Amino acid sequence: MVVGGFGNLMAESVRVDDRWLMDRASTGVDEVSTAQGGDLPARTAAAVVAGNLAAKLSKVAGGGGGIIGGRVTLALDPNALGRLCRDRTVALVTGTNGKTTTTMMLARAMSVLQPVATNHSGANMPDGLVAALSTDQAAPLAVLEIDENYLPKISDAVQPAVIVLLNLSRDQMDRVGEVRHTERNLRTAIARLRDTTVVANCDDVLVTSAATEADSVIWVSAGGNWRGDSTSCPRCGMRVHVCVTDGTVTDWYCDCGFRRPTPTWAVREGLMTTPSGECFELALRLPGSANEADATLALAAATHLSVPLKPALDRIRTITGVGGRYTTVSRNGRIVRILLAKNPAGWAETLPLLREDTSRPIIIAVNGREADGRDLSWLWDIPFEQLAGRQVLATGERSADLAVRLTYAGVQHTHVPDPYQAIDGVDPGSVELVANYTAFRDLKSGLSNGA
Amino acid sequence: MVHDSVVRIGLVLPDVLGTYGDSGNATVLLKRLEWRGIRGEVVQLGVGDPVPNSLDIYLLGGGEDRAQTLAVSHLTEHPGMQQAAANGAVVMAVCAGLQILGEDFTGSDGVTHGGLGLLDVRTTPGSSTRAVGELLTLPDKELFADPMTGFENHQGHTQLGASARPLSRVVYGTGNGEGHDGAYQGHVLGTYMHGPVLARNPAFADLMLTWAVGSPLAPIDIPAISQLRNERRRAVQQMANRRKRLLRF
Ligand SMILES: [Zn+2]
Repeated sequence: MVVGGFGNLMAESVRVDDRWLMDRASTGVDEVSTAQGGDLPARTAAAVVAGNLAAKLSKVAGGGGGIIGGRVTLALDPNALGRLCRDRTVALVTGTNGKTTTTMMLARAMSVLQPVATNHSGANMPDGLVAALSTDQAAPLAVLEIDENYLPKISDAVQPAVIVLLNLSRDQMDRVGEVRHTERNLRTAIARLRDTTVVANCDDVLVTSAATEADSVIWVSAGGNWRGDSTSCPRCGMRVHVCVTDGTVTDWYCDCGFRRPTPTWAVREGLMTTPSGECFELALRLPGSANEADATLALAAATHLSVPLKPALDRIRTITGVGGRYTTVSRNGRIVRILLAKNPAGWAETLPLLREDTSRPIIIAVNGREADGRDLSWLWDIPFEQLAGRQVLATGERSADLAVRLTYAGVQHTHVPDPYQAIDGVDPGSVELVANYTAFRDLKSGLSNGA
Repeated sequence: MVHDSVVRIGLVLPDVLGTYGDSGNATVLLKRLEWRGIRGEVVQLGVGDPVPNSLDIYLLGGGEDRAQTLAVSHLTEHPGMQQAAANGAVVMAVCAGLQILGEDFTGSDGVTHGGLGLLDVRTTPGSSTRAVGELLTLPDKELFADPMTGFENHQGHTQLGASARPLSRVVYGTGNGEGHDGAYQGHVLGTYMHGPVLARNPAFADLMLTWAVGSPLAPIDIPAISQLRNERRRAVQQMANRRKRLLRF
């Protein structure tokens, strides 16, 4: 490790900047540790300082802060990501749905051992990661949420100890290309890694295809209600045969020989089975089977990294909301539960939650901005027919697309493009609000700011 | 054409050609029959299933290169759809589906594959940039009058031979790449429009149903659809304004 006087000087500045950022961090960082950063190479340290300064200036100017800082750091030192991870044990979390939740769960679980650096805010591309790592340089562990299309680049740079691969399904198609293309890129990236363990959901055919290439895999039967993207084999293109027992997928295989591996972890209806055959009730405070799947994958990863299971589970149970999801907000006597569903797979996990109380009105908010994907045809892959008989309101910037979909689904609905008017349009009491990405983001902040 | 009391709609290989919500086209057709008191039925024809030649309408959606070659070999082995088309059944294909209905198509790997030969078109990889975005066109006057709206996402460049006619003329977007979108030949239709295309273009859906039923159908007015069509048209107008482009209707 070459650290000159210049490097030490920089390290001092880093510490000051980090405190400044920590004080103002809007997203809750669990383990606040004093940044030391003294063993970073001079170039990275200088780049980090410049990045943090840019973040600070951006925040003063009313901008988002961290990501701008990360961008500056990366521009000055393109290898910053690798260097910031070099002396840490790193776990990456990727997949289409549940990244933010699983990252938070795994970070909580890992914090049993030592402080953890993590990107809580869903800033899951290289600039966001550098920002998160720069503000928490002393933490010996890092748990990072990664956009699935950036995983190859990032796993090459950081050589992670663990990759958690959750699920792969169509999302934002017009922006990032097809999910099968994503799977092939992940497969190639994972094949390049040495000494990385992949924790993967073997009930997901595409995930299994990518994870199979790893040196070491921990297979988790995490379930999943959506199989629309994996009916044809990612290895040969033929149809995958799926065995279903009591409504649950128990096995799948293709005639080419590609088939579901035997899992060592499993979760069904809130009960998790570990490799030793022990059974635990997860008893999460987050609702639904998708969160149970995420928790099981997080626990499989955490125990692989030597965290004892019981304290890890206890920490995960403390989570009550993830970036505003599942939380309820009051507005003019309406108690609004905000749910995020941004693609057919997300909706497959959300529809069961909507059955918990069938008297509640359902407001569906759909936008079609760049971050959501401008192609709204995915609405036709969701069985909205199930909502027939419920009180449904279509809202959001692309609610006209949704209204046509609901019409053809035979679902009576009211079309109210303004989401706040939609909320005020239902009787006071509990109401479900399901929104896609930017609609969710805007409504979450708007409602919590009393808009 | 002759049919029994049920209009039977085949969703062809939705397990490999169903990437972009195109199975919604079947939902639309079924519902528009139901609203008119006509019975309809959707038959899913997956990989490995035989393809009956007795259906009234066959629908094909989008998919990737490998799905295309798989679909061609399956449909060649089970030629029910081609037999039905020869007898006047309606075939409507979107994007990758359009390409495989043609004489041949060349994948992104440069390999040319024979198609099913239902449309006199050939497809090659187009320019290096994918055509992604709203597509607005005017249909062939022989078909129907309302402008067509959809969302395209492809890299194909499709050229028509003498037997095929363009489905529509492009007002905004890329389509086939030569000022037109799609092709038709008898009752075989192809387009690059997702959305799904029949959800956004009820006149197109009703044209197909009229052919299948063999008699004129009662008009249906659904304000939500008119509103969506107007909104998409305005969105295209705004994008054109930003690029200082005049829309030629
Ligand atoms: Zn196979």
